[in-house]
Amino acid sequence: MLILTCPCCGVTGEETEFHAGGEAHLKRHGPGSTADQFEEYLFMRENPKGVHFERWRHVYGCGKWFHAARSTTTLEVYGTYAAQTHEPPKDLRDTISKKVPGWTWREFQ
Amino acid sequence: MSNIVSALNQKTYADGIAEVREIGLQGMITLRGDTASTAVKSAATDVAGVDMPAPNQVNCVDQRGICWMSPDELLVLCPYETVADNLAKMRKSLDGAHALSVDVSDARAVFDLSGPHAREALAKLVPVDLSPDVFKEGMFRRSRMAQVPAAFWLHAPDTFRIITFRSQAQYAFDLLKVAVQPGSEVGFF
Ligand SMILES: [Zn+2]
Repeated sequence: MLILTCPCCGVTGEETEFHAGGEAHLKRHGPGSTADQFEEYLFMRENPKGVHFERWRHVYGCGKWFHAARSTTTLEVYGTYAAQTHEPPKDLRDTISKKVPGWTWREFQ
Repeated sequence: MSNIVSALNQKTYADGIAEVREIGLQGMITLRGDTASTAVKSAATDVAGVDMPAPNQVNCVDQRGICWMSPDELLVLCPYETVADNLAKMRKSLDGAHALSVDVSDARAVFDLSGPHAREALAKLVPVDLSPDVFKEGMFRRSRMAQVPAAFWLHAPDTFRIITFRSQAQYAFDLLKVAVQPGSEVGFF
């Protein structure tokens, strides 16, 4: 079972109280960007076995969006953090490194 | 003058292991804004006549109360017939503050689920730990009840007060009725 703690209201609930919002930290490149960059924004997604970063919404609770780092294999949640974040926070990355040495996700490790 | 009724007009089912009752008209005002600001807090407490609850908590006495809905939303409860006056009062005191208040009384349905087995009946329907050591009086929880959103709290010992959308009132009533059907005691708590 996937159990998430919403960083906005503090409630810990199981998966069905939330709604998955896809991969975290996608970047939409601005004016003048290339077709390849736009394609990447629209279609190119990570599909990791292990550490993954996602957007979630506490849809049946406070209604807020947030980010979550979890394992796609064990469903262990390493942490949740604010939606207003452009990349995985350093302290969370350090926490994951202690549990999963050598993990990588996009340009992060 | 039209006769205003609630979604199920106080429909009751009392033949099960707990009693299900739609409580009838309940005044409800959604107040959105910075819940840490004095303006928003006093707008809510002046109307409800109760103290401001902590996050994920509720303060409710009879038909008056404040439910903490999210970091920027409160649900202010008051008697149905006082909503218009209270809303005017609230808007006056919020003048100049970045906040929004609106009457949602007719958009919701409210149920009481009561009796010694109320806790285990509700636990069949919500993905929330309702054991007596965890879910206590004063706590307010928004979650889902089977397939619809629901918010609930212990209004009195052994009595859960549950708020759903009005359009889902019949579904919620039927759901609760099944959860309390005779002979369905679980005996877990
Ligand atoms: Zn939340």
